Amino acid sequence: MPKLQSAAELKKLRAEILAKRDPAKPCIAVCAGAACDGMDSAAVAAAFLAEVAKQKLGGKLEVRTTGCHGYCEKGPNVVVTPGEICYFEVQPADVPEIIAATLKGEVVERLVYQDPNTGAKAVHMNEVPFYKHQTRLLIGDNPKIDPMRIEDYLAVDGYAALVKALTEMTPEQVLDEVKKANLRGRGGGGFPAGSKWETTRNAPEKTKYVIVNGHEGESAAFMDRAMLTGNPHKVLEGLIIGAYAIGAQKGFMYTRHDMPLLEKHVRNALAEAAEYGLLGKNILGSGFDFECELHFDVGIFVSGESSALMRSIEGNPPEPRPKYIRTSVSGIWDKPSNLNNVETWANVPQIITKGAEWFTSIGSERSKGTKLISLSGNVVNSGIVEVPMGTPLRTLVFDIGGGVRDGKTLKAIHFGGAMGGSIPVDLIDAPLDFDGMSKLGAPIGAGGLLLMDEDTDMVEVARYLLDFLVNESCGKCVPCREGMPQMLHILTNMTEGKGRTGDLERLEDLAEVTGLGSLCALGKTSADPLKSMLRYFKPEYEARIPSAGETK
Amino acid sequence: MSEIVLKIDDREVKATAGMTVLQAAQQAGIHIPTLCHHEKLEAFGGCRLCIVEVEVRGWTSYVVSCLYPVAKDIVVRTRSAKVDKIRKVIVEELMAHAPDAPELVKLAEVYGADRDRFERAESFCIVCGLCVRYCNEVKQKNAVGFIDNGALREISFIPEIAKDECWACQECFTICPTSYAQAAYLLTEALAFPGQRKEPVPATQQPELKPRRVIPITPVMAAR
Repeated sequence: MPKLQSAAELKKLRAEILAKRDPAKPCIAVCAGAACDGMDSAAVAAAFLAEVAKQKLGGKLEVRTTGCHGYCEKGPNVVVTPGEICYFEVQPADVPEIIAATLKGEVVERLVYQDPNTGAKAVHMNEVPFYKHQTRLLIGDNPKIDPMRIEDYLAVDGYAALVKALTEMTPEQVLDEVKKANLRGRGGGGFPAGSKWETTRNAPEKTKYVIVNGHEGESAAFMDRAMLTGNPHKVLEGLIIGAYAIGAQKGFMYTRHDMPLLEKHVRNALAEAAEYGLLGKNILGSGFDFECELHFDVGIFVSGESSALMRSIEGNPPEPRPKYIRTSVSGIWDKPSNLNNVETWANVPQIITKGAEWFTSIGSERSKGTKLISLSGNVVNSGIVEVPMGTPLRTLVFDIGGGVRDGKTLKAIHFGGAMGGSIPVDLIDAPLDFDGMSKLGAPIGAGGLLLMDEDTDMVEVARYLLDFLVNESCGKCVPCREGMPQMLHILTNMTEGKGRTGDLERLEDLAEVTGLGSLCALGKTSADPLKSMLRYFKPEYEARIPSAGETK
Repeated sequence: MSEIVLKIDDREVKATAGMTVLQAAQQAGIHIPTLCHHEKLEAFGGCRLCIVEVEVRGWTSYVVSCLYPVAKDIVVRTRSAKVDKIRKVIVEELMAHAPDAPELVKLAEVYGADRDRFERAESFCIVCGLCVRYCNEVKQKNAVGFIDNGALREISFIPEIAKDECWACQECFTICPTSYAQAAYLLTEALAFPGQRKEPVPATQQPELKPRRVIPITPVMAAR
């Protein structure tokens, strides 16, 4: 493929790709997301390909291996277009039947969704309860895209936002649009991306960096992995547009070392983008130069903390730096470095294509757009969900999640993994909103939502989460390094029936001091789950302490 | 250098741009406790004892004074109920390691820390990193380093370097608040190179040290 020299050439290429595709030709999309892959969706995909070859159906039927569709609970997932017919829990043995039905324009009834209570069936994606309450702006393209083929991304209007930014807008206008869209960082803090971009843009140093934080390590969060593995070009497009607005010449995709499929897809996407002239010198003849490099972590959670991540890119141990000077002003090698999470970058192309006004029409008053949520725990339908900000948690839990497993009662909802918080079931009508959830003590964080049923021991949950974090701290500052093991020790004693008088006061003091005194966000928020539980579930904790007189 | 006026404990204090709050306080004779701080070393911000309350445009936050840059019109409080509580708990956490370390005993008196409040830890090292940083920044030998992370982090002498360098120097032994550096060295020697340590070299034969790069501290650009 010769390099594209201009926007017109890209447009022509897109037209050629679309001309070659017949929308009426059936396409069978087999999900290869992490959960489906674990259920051997690869065997299903192989069976489809073998059957197509055997029956010589290449001209009549297409088989595509894609990123995560979302409904992990019912994998391996298969979606047949046109019509978006959803088949669940597909096994290789089901393949000939699906192919035969597809060729006849029929549906394999036994493999479609069936409501566990009413027995009602749902054939098309927009009828399946798990999908129909969602607004899938970011992840919705996944079933249409083979992440290893840039043509698939181009076919769904990929890189059109980049063309618009480079040919019709100045960097200032791009920045302005993102600011007006009030896009808030999806990595946890909810900090306005536009202001962060502006700080980096205005920093005096000429050399600037942009970074994709793909270091998803939070327990119960798996949506960034699905996004970046399933549609790497969307994230890359967002990054290139951001670099143009900020004036950065170089970007980094920082991610985990232990996800081979993600690595393969990102490496391939970077190579394809460079081959097509979407990365490198004079992108699409605009005069804008930008290159991007893939970088891996060294295996601890704190690597995802922005300043630690930047130390890591420099080749140093991932140890956070105090941010009295922001990384957006002095980051990698002391140069201004703008870091955003995978999902934040993925939002950028649509903001440029459809405009800030459209974007702000979705969501709640202060949190705009949609949010990807990883739904897990004692939920009927685990998976990756995308809903507008402001959606009540009830919708997420019951309409989409299908409620609690095994007919049990919901006790608590936990958000934000090991640095999040738990709220009791009576707050289930709270809207999904950065500020609202923070006030409740269960900040959205990166978006891991965990349901806990009536049998959940809240002391054990806090213990479990601290047990995870204690090994992920870097160990530089005292409140985090010493405070967490002390809290863990007390909680372990309590779960083993060895609670002592004074334990609650000790826990409260440790939680407060770790929160106020720690150097970085990991330490500062490490006690948040515990704090939320002492706020809402204190009696459970008190019950573990022997009352006066029976002190051990 | 431009002069900056800030308030520390209700006193107007003059400082120069680029200074930290700790430097400004020390210059004005206001005491802020420290443990991991050393005048010859780059500020570390590890022990968090020098934490103070800072008010910037009506917003109060808790920052470590050894790293926080002075800025015009900020209000610093070196003691408050919160600050004292943070210091008390930090001292208690450290006393789980080294209950008899003289500096900690003194601090415990000031902040009312209970040496037995938390579960005793195995090691009496408080991981202030003075030995590691002194050896790296001042001596440029890197004979001692950090290993592992989180609660497992500890200091460790590197036998190949320690054998030739440490006995002649011993400077980290004197700055260690808990005598752990010395103990760790002796243990390393006993295990890795017994009877092989190199004796001191006359000062005139020692190579000259290169100056280190120092990261400049500039005021926060845009406060949230």
